[in-house]
Amino acid sequence: MPTFVYMTRCDGCGYCVDICPSDIMHIDDTWRRAYNLEPDMCWECYSCVKACPMHAIDVRGYADFCPLGHAVRVHRDEEEGIIAWRIKFRSGRIKDLVAPITTKPWGKFIPDLKQVAPPTEEQRKSQLLFNEPKYIRLDDGDLYTLESQGLKMRQGVYY
Amino acid sequence: MITTNPFAGLAELGITPGMMQAFVVLMVLAVVVGVILDVLHKKSHKYFFEHEERMKKLATRELSSAEKTSMLIQTITSEVLTSSEFHNPKRRFAHLLKMYGFVLFVLSSAVLIFAYPTTANAPFWSFLWHLGALMVIVGGYWFFFSLRVDVQSEGNQWWNLKKRDLFIVSLLATVTFGLLWSLFGTVVLFGLFIISTVVLFGSVYWSKFAHMFFKPAAAYQKRKLMADGSRENLPPFYRRADVLDQSTMDLVRDIPKDQKFGLCIMKDEPKHY
Repeated sequence: MPTFVYMTRCDGCGYCVDICPSDIMHIDDTWRRAYNLEPDMCWECYSCVKACPMHAIDVRGYADFCPLGHAVRVHRDEEEGIIAWRIKFRSGRIKDLVAPITTKPWGKFIPDLKQVAPPTEEQRKSQLLFNEPKYIRLDDGDLYTLESQGLKMRQGVYY
Repeated sequence: MITTNPFAGLAELGITPGMMQAFVVLMVLAVVVGVILDVLHKKSHKYFFEHEERMKKLATRELSSAEKTSMLIQTITSEVLTSSEFHNPKRRFAHLLKMYGFVLFVLSSAVLIFAYPTTANAPFWSFLWHLGALMVIVGGYWFFFSLRVDVQSEGNQWWNLKKRDLFIVSLLATVTFGLLWSLFGTVVLFGLFIISTVVLFGSVYWSKFAHMFFKPAAAYQKRKLMADGSRENLPPFYRRADVLDQSTMDLVRDIPKDQKFGLCIMKDEPKHY
């Protein structure tokens, strides 16, 4: 489901051009509005959809599997620091999701790996990678588990 | 000098007030025809109303006439008069300079040509004419050299001109040559001023000139869709403190409620090409 731009909503700010990891969001030669240069190469990461302050970018659902008014829309609220999603299913059912924004500024918070303590022999032999997500990280020399963190497995939440 | 009517000296070149006034009427007609052709070609009216009809089915409430009128006033006072649509404050300020400068320039040109075609002493309207040109020059060149998205985000050089630059280039040429002609009064500068004016108003079909008409309509439609509950399928507005305990936030529940995650990408200029 590649992205496309509503040109009347777009103000040509360039955030989508800047953020697109595939470098396929570009500025139209005639109207100075953003457009998806190569929808076939879009990997549907939603970066441009989230970055657009005008909500001008949407995702084109293919008619063969998501007709009947399906929609996935997102609002990234910087002031509140949260990102909210609305998934509208084919049946008309609506699912709203919210999460905090964890994006860091460009060029900041890049770990200085020279200063990081080298892994122990045990860590080297482990199957886990450096900088694994928090709940399985190795920086205390041991595995973080749900129990050690006081968490419980619950339906719909997987670690 | 800036309080002298530049059009008063045109009689010396054999240009009568009637010719000047006919030129203005011709330019207005060019804009009207250009906008109509632009709308017909792009079918913007068709998609505009189709989108509205589609969203109407999702509306949760009917808007009253009073609400619609209020939104229309808000659109005029906010999106139109203060260019609030722009997210980037620099672009917004540059746009305001260009917009008000252009309005002053066009309005005072019309007044000077129709009311004072042969009177050099028309200080108020002459001053507005020069001020308008100067405002467009300041906002326009600022935009042209550093704020244009193709320069800022795409990393193109400013001289790499495309069809999208037709409007800004012809606008800048018009006010620049107009101002230079007013200061130096040479025939060559007057000729360049007229040529760039014809390009500006005669190229509406090919340029983005018509944005000044359809952008307010789109802004008004957006306001209505946000108010009638359809919200263009966008999620509702949330407050961070209210949603931290919700299940979808469970994975980050140990994060302090007032913690900010850096400046986020919006605070960065979009020029990481």
